Amino acid sequence: MSTPEKLLNLVFAVLLFFGVMGAILLLTQRLRSRNGERVQIAAFVGPSLLLVAVGLLYPAVTTIIQSFKNRALTEFVGLENYRAIFTDDSQLQVLRNTAIWVILTPVLATAIGLVYAVLIDKARFERFAKTLLFLPMAISLVGASIIWKFVYDYKATEQDQLGILNAILKSLGVDTYRFLLTEPWNTLFLIVIFIWVQAGFAMTLLSASIKAIPDEINEAARLDGASSLKMFRFITIPSIRPALIVVLTTISIATLKVFDIVRTSTGGNFGTSVLANEFYTQSFRAFQQGLGAALGTLIFVLVLPIVVYNIRQMRKLESR
Amino acid sequence: MTTTTPTIAPAQVEEPTGPPKSAAAAAHSTLTSRIGSGVALAIAVLWTIPTFGLLVSSFRPEGEVKTNGWWNAFANPSFTLDNYKAVITGSDVDLATYFVNSFVITIPSVLIPISLATLAAYAFAWMDFKGRHALFVAVFALQIVPIQVTMIPLLKLYVQPPLGLPQLAGANAVGGGFWTVWLSHSIFALPLAIYLMHNFMREVPRELIESARVDGAGHVQIFTRIMLPLLTPAIAAFGIFQFLWVWNDLLVALVFAGGNLDVSPLTVRLAALAGQRGEDWHLLSAGAFVSLIVPLIVFLAGQRYFVRGLLAGSVKG
Amino acid sequence: MRATRRSRGLAAFAGLTTAAVVLSACGGGDGDGASAGGTSPGEGKAECEGLTSFGDLSGKSVSVYTSIIAPEDKAQKASYKLFEDCTGASIKYEGSSEFEAQLNVRVQGGNAPDIAYIPQPGLLKTLVQDTGQVVEAPEGVGKNVDEFWGEDWKAYGSVDDKFYAAPLGANVKSFVWYSPKMFEENGWEVPTTWDEMMTLSEDMAAQDVKPWCAGIESGDATGWVTTDWLEDSMLREVGPDVYDQWVNHEIPFDDPQVESALKRVGEILKNDDMVNGGIGDVKSIATTAFQEAGLPILKGDCGLHRQASFYAAQWPEGTDVSENGDVFAFYLPTVSEEFGQPVLGGGEFVAAFADRPEVQAFQTYLSTDTWANEKAKATPGGGWVSANTGLDIANLSSPIDKLSAETFQDPEAVFRFDGSDQMPGAVGADSFWKQMTAWITGQDDATTLENIEKSWPSS
Repeated sequence: MSTPEKLLNLVFAVLLFFGVMGAILLLTQRLRSRNGERVQIAAFVGPSLLLVAVGLLYPAVTTIIQSFKNRALTEFVGLENYRAIFTDDSQLQVLRNTAIWVILTPVLATAIGLVYAVLIDKARFERFAKTLLFLPMAISLVGASIIWKFVYDYKATEQDQLGILNAILKSLGVDTYRFLLTEPWNTLFLIVIFIWVQAGFAMTLLSASIKAIPDEINEAARLDGASSLKMFRFITIPSIRPALIVVLTTISIATLKVFDIVRTSTGGNFGTSVLANEFYTQSFRAFQQGLGAALGTLIFVLVLPIVVYNIRQMRKLESR
Repeated sequence: MTTTTPTIAPAQVEEPTGPPKSAAAAAHSTLTSRIGSGVALAIAVLWTIPTFGLLVSSFRPEGEVKTNGWWNAFANPSFTLDNYKAVITGSDVDLATYFVNSFVITIPSVLIPISLATLAAYAFAWMDFKGRHALFVAVFALQIVPIQVTMIPLLKLYVQPPLGLPQLAGANAVGGGFWTVWLSHSIFALPLAIYLMHNFMREVPRELIESARVDGAGHVQIFTRIMLPLLTPAIAAFGIFQFLWVWNDLLVALVFAGGNLDVSPLTVRLAALAGQRGEDWHLLSAGAFVSLIVPLIVFLAGQRYFVRGLLAGSVKG
Repeated sequence: MRATRRSRGLAAFAGLTTAAVVLSACGGGDGDGASAGGTSPGEGKAECEGLTSFGDLSGKSVSVYTSIIAPEDKAQKASYKLFEDCTGASIKYEGSSEFEAQLNVRVQGGNAPDIAYIPQPGLLKTLVQDTGQVVEAPEGVGKNVDEFWGEDWKAYGSVDDKFYAAPLGANVKSFVWYSPKMFEENGWEVPTTWDEMMTLSEDMAAQDVKPWCAGIESGDATGWVTTDWLEDSMLREVGPDVYDQWVNHEIPFDDPQVESALKRVGEILKNDDMVNGGIGDVKSIATTAFQEAGLPILKGDCGLHRQASFYAAQWPEGTDVSENGDVFAFYLPTVSEEFGQPVLGGGEFVAAFADRPEVQAFQTYLSTDTWANEKAKATPGGGWVSANTGLDIANLSSPIDKLSAETFQDPEAVFRFDGSDQMPGAVGADSFWKQMTAWITGQDDATTLENIEKSWPSS
């Protein structure tokens, strides 16, 4: 395909899409009866539900069914795959690591993003400052994997260092350290990478949220002589609470799914593997499809607490 | 993003009744602002150093990159543009072609899910129908499904679609494989987009909607005249993230555009830069920056939508 | 169960390519199994001799999916030019660094390429048995393989006694990289037995040069380098026959013979006096990228680095890779005369997922000596070699490629394919790598082998 053809395809697709959407809106606009509203609701949620059902629900259900099958998915084996996971020490460690990831990453990434967003709010270089924290999000994974190589790389103390952390240790006269090898701290160093990526996401959303706090509220508090810390505690936090929940939830879910950081940094060795990485390894490299599906199903199960928490928050909001 | 809750906030204002402003308090606040600036600066530096190292490395010759740390480049400067030259001209397909492909893939993959999600989120937030909570929770929970789980089932559907629909992937794909990529990115973006938009829409004060209804506005009018303007920052924010997720995606492109070489995005080219056995990672550093330019421009351009108080302003009156 | 799965897969596949099946029904049956009939566009041209029998393939195209990516893909594409010119067919080449997983996804998703170059016999076996979509090789390919390769190579491309895939490229893994200049300065000689090699290592250590440098970090494949070490040691200590039994799980993975082979590796890799030149101690092996592991040789920090022939591509531009240059390689010596000269190696196999005439024609072309020599000529920078005995060594340009080809064609050589690439994925692409990595970081021999044995899939 030539470039003009591709662009034509692009324009055609966008026009087609907006044409259809516009038509739906125009046609349903006039409907006012009870039945009319039903049609309207169907038009609003229908396309999304259809896509999500086909593209996500169906594969998810398939995966759950496959988790009860054998290696090549030819026979049902009951709970065998789950038994294998819960009786294997290394798999239990994977579950433990996943828990550490899901607890630490969202909290730290959100906290850093929030503090930064508050501190640079209305600062002179605000745009520039935001771009700096956002940069890691914009870098593709292939780039990020080398970036962190230049941070964590290990060479013996007397050698030339490639990693900046060990170069600093060396210049301080301390022995160099194996950041990716030494259990259990290596998991934390991997988590740092993901926090580095996600803090920009948290910062962007929270900063926008902070900007939406009405001026009067801030002014009133300031006239009352509230200190910065008190402003933060009693004005900022309560005002952006819904945004905080959104950010925490989104990062938690992203954390459950993260596998490429572990895969490219340690390959899951040295006790650093997480569920999503094991799922990928078993399904696509070891050709243990049943076991892989069981690991995938466990990821689904782990999201339940997050879902329940969100439902409760929504209920609270409804009832207010 | 406009997520304030004006109904809660005023109640909280009464709490901080500190002492009236004194010299001590002023000094204190200067001090905290100094500490604050220090902390912000520290975070900014920590966050930037790793990337800066990559930037420096991308201008260093291969032998240097592989044998000593990037900070040595300042003590013994030896810089070259060779890595960039290799990235830009080192392939038999023009780099511009990959850029075009990335754009063609990304733009509909951002527009389609955002439009669908805003509509669906509006229905979940403000239209009354049976089971809307359950449905919303189900959609929200589907965020957890990793792309890897969907690859084989979705690809099967694209290659052999039911109901006599045209084949979307494979040798006889319509539109050269772009449609599957657009569709897949849209699917993967929808749960998060609906969840975010829904939360922002719930923040719009009920009175605003109700007064519009009293004035005789239907859902379509409320959606287009009240929601869309109020949600511009939210839409812009999600749009930026969706843009860079799609722009940086490799997996979807590999699986769903698979076999159609002329629709490969930039990331496919980047992944190949590493060389057969990962020996060329000095090229990757340059490639990463070439690819970074576009998302960065989009972020900078999108920032002006995060202006303050759009929503807050609307409730004032 | 498996049978029904396979036939369903085939039916689906047939539905996809109805036209192709009809075509191949017309074309099949004759000796070459790959003529489309018609007058070949190459008819009458001297260079097309041997290619005209494929018939007229104008307008036809063959999609090829491989793990061979830039910059090495250029020579691949160039070597197809003769075929394209002479038959009129066009080859659509796609290389990916995510090849193994993606191939599996594409095959299962019903979007298989026409041809894939599979670097692991184990993966070929899985694809044949689990999906049933790999097509048996046409007769012409079988004939070529019988003519140009040893029986062992044919066996690696066969599953359940059916021949599917001919070898393509190959590499020698039993190489030790060293610096000829450094050896000359110090008066060191290239060792010809394992014992000589160990004595040399001790000499180096006595002169304050760490003898060995090693690195096994390779992203999600971390550990594979150590599996090659163990395989080389197995071949030398217990011989090719026991090696085959071990690979095919006819003896347990943790057999005492394996343990003693692992101990031999440990005498080098887990000995702080022997490793890790220019990098650190034993543990540093686990976190050093295999791509960088040999580079300390250039600075004189390390004397020896055991790595495959393809390591030639890792030396920075401007390094003289030749017998008297900055770096070169010697054959990893044997322990005893008993088993001849075992050569551990790897390579790719050409598997087809379609049987259209143009696909079979291309498959056949790749198995000829014509292609091997075309490929050699198309690779002026070096970095490619084949075990095809029809390959004229004079066509190879780099000294290390010549050495590799000589090693393959040496009548004394007993070739064995990389064992981990033949084992089931759960072992060969997972537990073997992981446990050997754990072994480097301190786990003992017995536990390591026992853990791998436990992970061997039962079905």
